[in-house]
Formats: sequence, structure tokens, C-alpha cells
Amino acid sequence: MGKKLLAWVDERLPVSSFVEAHLAKYYAPKNFNFWYFFGSLALLILVNQLITGIWLTMSYTPSAEQAFASVEYIMRDVEYGWLIRYLHSTGASAFFVVVYMHMFRALLYGSYQKPRELIWIFGMAIYLALMAEAFMGYLLPWGQMSYWGAQVIISLFGAIPVIGADLQQWIRGDYLISGITLNRFFALHVIALPIVILGLVLMHLVALHEVGSNNPDGIDIKKLKDETGKPLDGIGFHPYYTVKDIVGVVVFLFVFCAVVFFFPEMNGFFLEHANFEPANSLKTPEHIAPVWYFGAFYSILRGIPDKLMGVIGMGGAIAILFVLPWLDRAPVRSWRYKGPIFRTLIIVFGLNFILLTWLGTKPATETYTLMARICMVYYFAFFLLMPFYSAMEKTKPVPERVTG
Amino acid sequence: MKKITLMKTIFAALILSIPLGVLAAGEEGYPLDAMTADPTDKPSLQRGAKLYMNYCFGCHAVGYQRYERVADDLGIPHDLMQEYLMPAGGKIGDLMKNGMDPKESKNWFGATPPDLTLVARVRGTDWLYTYLRTFYLDPKRPLGVNNMVFPDVGMPHILLELQGAQIDTCAGAEVQRDILTGERICGLEPDPSIKGSLSPAQYDQAIYDLVNFLAYSAEPMKMERQRLGIYVLLFLAIFLIPAYLLKREYWKDVH
Repeated sequence: MGKKLLAWVDERLPVSSFVEAHLAKYYAPKNFNFWYFFGSLALLILVNQLITGIWLTMSYTPSAEQAFASVEYIMRDVEYGWLIRYLHSTGASAFFVVVYMHMFRALLYGSYQKPRELIWIFGMAIYLALMAEAFMGYLLPWGQMSYWGAQVIISLFGAIPVIGADLQQWIRGDYLISGITLNRFFALHVIALPIVILGLVLMHLVALHEVGSNNPDGIDIKKLKDETGKPLDGIGFHPYYTVKDIVGVVVFLFVFCAVVFFFPEMNGFFLEHANFEPANSLKTPEHIAPVWYFGAFYSILRGIPDKLMGVIGMGGAIAILFVLPWLDRAPVRSWRYKGPIFRTLIIVFGLNFILLTWLGTKPATETYTLMARICMVYYFAFFLLMPFYSAMEKTKPVPERVTG
Repeated sequence: MKKITLMKTIFAALILSIPLGVLAAGEEGYPLDAMTADPTDKPSLQRGAKLYMNYCFGCHAVGYQRYERVADDLGIPHDLMQEYLMPAGGKIGDLMKNGMDPKESKNWFGATPPDLTLVARVRGTDWLYTYLRTFYLDPKRPLGVNNMVFPDVGMPHILLELQGAQIDTCAGAEVQRDILTGERICGLEPDPSIKGSLSPAQYDQAIYDLVNFLAYSAEPMKMERQRLGIYVLLFLAIFLIPAYLLKREYWKDVH
């Protein structure tokens, strides 16, 4: 019965051949390490956000009068509403943790290099859409930090000459952030951006499956194939990486659930303390901090004394990532075979980014501002000087076959 | 092998740098006395609820919470709840809102008394525990009292009849301590003009109960969350074993 049905469908829709081509016969390099778990984990979190998001929408009321109370209604009166909400709020932070690891992996192993430039660009577009999604989602609980955080971010558009003030008003749909802003952010958060993100994720995967996965050695495994056309260093994604990713998923879920069930506020980093107070347009909080995942870019914004230049600096910090494939001129992909300068700079870049993120969550004292400025200079220098140091430095010979 | 160790070092550095950020959070201001809320201590929560409904609820609603939920979670029978801890005529399923008009109360106190359902998550329990114990007489203030943690607060010392009056012997200056012994040279001292009905230890316990109740009210599902969390983590820990064995079995033929 099952076989007959499948045959019937296959004649009309290429289900079996599609699944085979993209799972069993999608040959991935056999030497994926720890860093390669984060792609599938990002997909897992995306599904988590979609499902918990749908259920939250069932009980949430997107109006300035009701939003805050409806979140508490979910937390108290809806069966397991607290669990759905914590899964969603923790999922937002986990999404960024996983995406940052995924991006750093690409940086380490040169996964953005030819012929994977488009994969990287689609990935960056997902990251950008994710930032917009997270920003709009953060307004929805209508707490003090929701309100004032949105106020700060939207006011950035005011720095744009000539059209700034009108643009700000157009985004808000009002003279100040109000129920109108909340309603449109709700629409964008639950419909528009999820559609964009899903579309981009699809493109990201289609492009990946066209050129094949990179690996920690940065070797092209399609060069050496056996008589059946299977790469010598490749193994079928299914079953090998599906069973391996299950292990990764379980370990990830352990950490994730530990946060959801025992530290859902993460000491104010995942759910900010001030956000348990309803939005009040007449009372500015002492210290307005974005959620941690915007910290690095917020540090850059604050570090530049001029507002317009700050906005340009922040935008530039994200924009420069898009052209990364053309900044790296090293003849090898993986940092394993790059020279000591590149290797050192990349590690310092990772630590520098963490420091910049942390500084973004702190008040801008004199010391912190100075630190943020130093980190910011390093951030830009790492990318802007890359065409020079990556081209000049001697690289090591790359082996024919993948190493462990 | 060298590469793997290098990578592990980086990863360890990344992981280790996270708690640094969490620990480095420190704030200035009056030193707070630590207290740990205990949601399992039902007698304390019941006493806290009683104190709250008698002294605080007139001005401060806990409007996201329902009477029925409080009664059930704290083990208070519905009839007792209705008789002693609810306004007359209220229904057990009602939200815990009070009859205060926000506009009038703003005229009386300079600010509308906020809803306190979530205050423990906004301020933290240490802050509340210290705040409620550091009111002192200050003739410069319209209501005759000021507060150490929240200077120039608009709230009167509603628990004065329990605690009795205090005076600030530092006269507004920071608390001074003896450099050698660390003992306080000046600070809050009891003022004999108004005696409270509770001893200092009893008052501290009463405030502990009250803050414990507020901590409960801010996250009533905390116990359930942690109880469920243990099972979820146990399941995942056990599930990891077959997941890993399955991976190892399949990967046997990868060389």
C-alpha cells in the first residue's frame, strides 16, 4: 500500500528523487567537526521560533493597552503558556548564539570563498532579516525596554540628512512610538519577516547544495571521485550526518533547556529586568541597553561621537561583512593553511567581537567608551586590511585529501 | 593533532569569557542586604500574602494575578481567602485589582502607586528587602519619611506601626565604617519616639515574608518550571546515550 502510494505520487511529484538527491546522495565531507553543528541547529531554532510563535499569537493581543497584560496572561493563565514564551524568548537569544558560531565557522574555514560567495551573501541577508525580526519582536511585550530600545533604534533614522525626521515618523506611523507602531511591528514580525527569512533560508540551502559543503581543510572534495562518481572524501548526508546531528541536537537542547527551565532571564541578558515594567512614554529608564545580540553594533554606534557618523559606522560594520568573499585574497580557504598573521588576527577578531558585544550592554563610562573605540578600530581594520595581509602572507601547502 | 588542541583552546577562551560579563555587573548606591526567596515555604508566603493584602493592596494592585491562583498555590482554602484576603463582593477568579483611581493617587503621592505583580523581577528581591527596612524620619519630606534605597520616594512608611521609627545618624552622608573593624560608625538607628509592635528580628522576618510573596507573585510558575526542568534534562541526558551509540554504529565504516 505504502509503496504503491509512493509510486503514484512519484509519477506526479519527484518526492523520492528529491529526498535522495538532497539527503542520501548529497555528499558532505567526512571531516566535519564541532563547528559544523550550528547550521542544522539554526534550522532547529527557526522551527522552534515558528511553532512557539504561532502559539503565542493565539493568546497575545497587539495593542498598547493590552499587550503587556496579555503577555502576563500567557505566563499565568494559558496552560504551559510560560513554557511557550520562555522557549520563544530563549530561542531568540539562542538563534543569535548559534548564528554567530555558524558565521565564525565560515570565517575560520573560508567557507565564503569562491565558489560559495552567494551562500555567504544569502547567509548575511538572513542575518540582517533576523536582526529586524528580533528588533520588532522585542517591542511586542510592550515593556519599558521594548519601548525605549525601539525609541533609540528608530531615532537612528533621524540622523539621516534631509529625510531623517519624516522617515522616522513614517516608520513609527505616529509622532511617537504608539499602539500604531506596535501593530505594524506585530504584522511585520509574524508575517512579513518570517516569509522573507524562510525564502532566504531556502536560497541559502539551494546554493549550498549546488556547490557542496566546504570543510575544515578548505579542500574541494569533488576533485577526487571514485568510479561511481562519489567523492572519495564524501559521505552521504543521510544517514551519516543526520545521526551525527541528532547527537549535536541533544547536547544543544540540554544547554537550551537548562536556560529555559532554570535561568530564563539569564541574569537580565535574555529578558531585561526593566522589561517587566509596562512601557511608559513619560519615564525614561536610567540605562537603555539593547539586548545582548546587538551589543557589538550598539558599541560602534555609541563609540563614534557624531550621530550620523555613528549610524554610518554601525551600518558599515554590517555592510562590510557582505563583501568579505572579495576581501580575503589568500590562495587557501582554511585558516589551518593560512599564515600566522591571519591565524592570530582571526582569533583576536573573535575575542574582540565578544568584548564589543559585552561593552554594548554596559553604560558608556569613559573607560568603556575608550575600550569600545579600540575594539571598533580593530573590527574595521581586520576587514579593511584583509586584502593586503591575506595576499601578502605565505600559506602552507594544502593536502590532496581531507585530514581528520 | 596540534590544530585540534589550538581549536579547543579558542573554544575554551570563548566559553570562559561569557561568565566574566555576567559577573562584572555591579551597581552603586546603598548596599543591599541579600535575601533568597523560597517558594517552597508556604507558611512564609501565606504570612506575606496576609501582610500584602492588609498593608499594601489598598494602593498597590497585583493586577496580573488572580485570587484563585494565589489561594491554590499557597494552600489557602477558597472560603478563607474570600473571607480574609479579598475585598467584599469579589469573585475568586478575579484579577487582584484595587479600587484606587490612578489620577487621584497621583495627586496624593506625586506618582501613581505602581502595580506590584512583577516588581520583584524589575527591582530584585534584595532591593525590595532592603528598601522596606530602610525608611527613616526626615522632616524635609512632605510625608515625614525618606528612604535609603530610594531617596525622596513618594511612598509613606506604611509599616511604621510594625517597625517603629528610625533616624539616620549619618544625616544624609554615606554610611561610614571603622577602617579597622568594619563596624558602622553611623547609619540607621531606632528612634524611641515611635515604637513598633514588632522587634527588629520579627520585622525582618515579616519583610522577608512580604518580599517572598512578591517574588512568588512575579513568577508563580517558578516551582513548576524547575520541577519540569529536571525531568526534561534527565530525559535528554538519557537520550544522549542511544543517540551517541547510533552515531558510532553508523560511523564505523567511515575511515
